Amino acid sequence: MRYGMAIDTLKCVGCADCVVACQTENKVPIGYCRDWITETVDGTYPLVEVELRSERCNHCENSPCVRCCPTGASHIIEGGIVLVTPEACIGCSACIESCPYDARYTHPSGHVDKCTFCHHRVEKGLNTACTSVCPTHCIYFGDLDNPRSDVSLALKNRKYKALAPEAGTGPQIFYLI
Amino acid sequence: MREELFVSGRNLPNIDPHLHAWHWPIPVYLFLGGLAAGLLFFASYYTILGKEKTMPTVVKWAPFIVPIALVVGLMALFYDLTNKLYFWRLYTTLRLESPMSWGAWVLMLVTPLSMVWVATYIKELIPSWDWKFPIIENTIEWFAKYRKVMAWILLPMSIILGIYTGILLSAFNARPLWNNSILGPLFLVSGLSTAAALIIWTSKDHAERLLFSKIDLVLIGIELFIIVHMMMGFMAGPSVQLEAAALLFGGAYTVVFWVFVVILGLLFPAALEIAELMGNKIPVAVPAIMVLMGGLIFRFVMVEAGQITRYLY
Repeated sequence: MRYGMAIDTLKCVGCADCVVACQTENKVPIGYCRDWITETVDGTYPLVEVELRSERCNHCENSPCVRCCPTGASHIIEGGIVLVTPEACIGCSACIESCPYDARYTHPSGHVDKCTFCHHRVEKGLNTACTSVCPTHCIYFGDLDNPRSDVSLALKNRKYKALAPEAGTGPQIFYLI
Repeated sequence: MREELFVSGRNLPNIDPHLHAWHWPIPVYLFLGGLAAGLLFFASYYTILGKEKTMPTVVKWAPFIVPIALVVGLMALFYDLTNKLYFWRLYTTLRLESPMSWGAWVLMLVTPLSMVWVATYIKELIPSWDWKFPIIENTIEWFAKYRKVMAWILLPMSIILGIYTGILLSAFNARPLWNNSILGPLFLVSGLSTAAALIIWTSKDHAERLLFSKIDLVLIGIELFIIVHMMMGFMAGPSVQLEAAALLFGGAYTVVFWVFVVILGLLFPAALEIAELMGNKIPVAVPAIMVLMGGLIFRFVMVEAGQITRYLY
């Protein structure tokens, strides 16, 4: 069991529905976000490439945030989901410093917060909020170890990449290109 | 050309537009921790050598600064926590992978031990001192018999305390400026050097001052060597490290690093110390304060500049 996500950069229109769905589903405090849209422009005219990406915590296999956490508040649960226990987090920001994706922020109540892969929904067999709401169906979520899951099928026939693989973190979010 | 922008949702405090989650308390603590580690190292080292009588400042007086530095440093750390009431969670786990965790445990051991160390010398240095309660007096007298044992415990502990402040930063592979293996030794040597400077400044004994001027000179030499070594490492590194080094070579932190840390914090005080060793009269406070200021600014530069550096994807 290894949860992962594939996001089709060719289908993403950057509408930010995933961001709003996440904020609503997870009661993210106003002004904060656990996922976001990035637009990258590569090259010079006339050879310009635009890529839209919905980004979030990569639930890394070799998670530097879990390694750096002094209290064990950041931990990995079954299925490779990285979570933070608010009552164990002292708010030292070590995990924020250690994340190459800047995926974590300090919640106004003091603890560090980030994407949970909607584990409360996933436990019930549901998709993550961002996957469910995406109007272009460009987010695929599921078990990477299961060859018939949505995410495995999406990765099967397409070229894909991960963000900053050279950081050695083993990200579990893949971008179809 | 590569341009990247957030279409939506990202305006997280202390993270956007660039990471700034660690503010002034962190470099202040790193400085005070390194200073305390250096003072404890010299005190325990010369106690083990049996030089309590000939090195009164190093063994007896200077350690008074250690508990103060550690308590102020820990208060700064506590102030920086955003979930303060859960700080005790540090002591419900021991995570060797996290330098912050074992650093917290080392501090848990070193801080009370440094207080005991100082307490055993109070009556000797201030004869009119009265502990009021016999139980305290007896306990401290008991500890005073085991100063050598304490020194043997404190010697390795002080090295761990001094080096961990650098390893703490180098463990973050997401920050290329920090992510090099020489940062731990660099912080350790810098801490020892600031401690030596403080001893020079506070010592009233001429021989002691001269010895520590020599020690400080050697330490400054090692520190400069490590800084050059670190820069060479950046220059030979991948693009993220080249970008990190660019902050110190023509970037926003160039002047503060090369002028205030390297020239005014290391080279200039070293020149003054050489002049003093050659027999010229130099006010001891001047090179000492410069080394201390250089050490403090160095930690500010590393913490602030390090947080700007990141992986670009």
